[in-house]
Amino acid sequence: MNSVILNFVLIVVGVVFAVAALLAVYRVVRGPGILDRMIASDMLMTTLICILGVEMVINRHTTLMPVMIGLALTGFLSSVAVARYVSKKRSS
Amino acid sequence: MMGTVFSTASTIDAVLDVLTAILLLLGAFFSLVAGIGIIRFPDTLTRVHAGTKPQVFGLACILTAVILSTRNWSAIAIMVLILLFQMLTTPAAAHMIGRAAYRRERPGDEMLFVDELEQAVELAHQDPESAVQSNDE
Repeated sequence: MNSVILNFVLIVVGVVFAVAALLAVYRVVRGPGILDRMIASDMLMTTLICILGVEMVINRHTTLMPVMIGLALTGFLSSVAVARYVSKKRSS
Repeated sequence: MMGTVFSTASTIDAVLDVLTAILLLLGAFFSLVAGIGIIRFPDTLTRVHAGTKPQVFGLACILTAVILSTRNWSAIAIMVLILLFQMLTTPAAAHMIGRAAYRRERPGDEMLFVDELEQAVELAHQDPESAVQSNDE
């Protein structure tokens, strides 16, 4: 009975994460400025890290933890680079 | 299955499973809130707020769920590392994007009570060299 509840919860969690990722993709496609697109892609990557965690819960292993470390370390570089470029172009 | 509920090991397992489910739902909820905020908010600065802030707590919930689900207690150290890196890098990216967004689309006067960045931006526009010098000092 318990595992049935856990399976149902996992399905719900997957659907909710899919909806969140689709909202982020919508903002990436639609976003009026490049900064909105960078925010949305940043959020998409954090959602991806969370989905890796959910996959580890489903299959009950911790193999993907180093992947999560790498993503958490390097994910912000693109946003910083784009933000630098945008503000420099504007002020010159 | 029902007969074994009262032995301690499976009771602890059941409690941990329920905790895992609750934490997973919390993390998914925060991620969904971030997505809705990114869609609904009208401005780049407010979208930074929506996209950045809930992600750290949602990620903490998901990582705790991973620990509780796999019972791999040695992975707590890696979990703390992931959270630390996320909490270090997410504000840095949000800070840079916020500065660029301020220079790009000036937020209206009705949104701000105190505008402390305006003087610095005006100074940088008027005389770039003196602004750089004052920044260096």
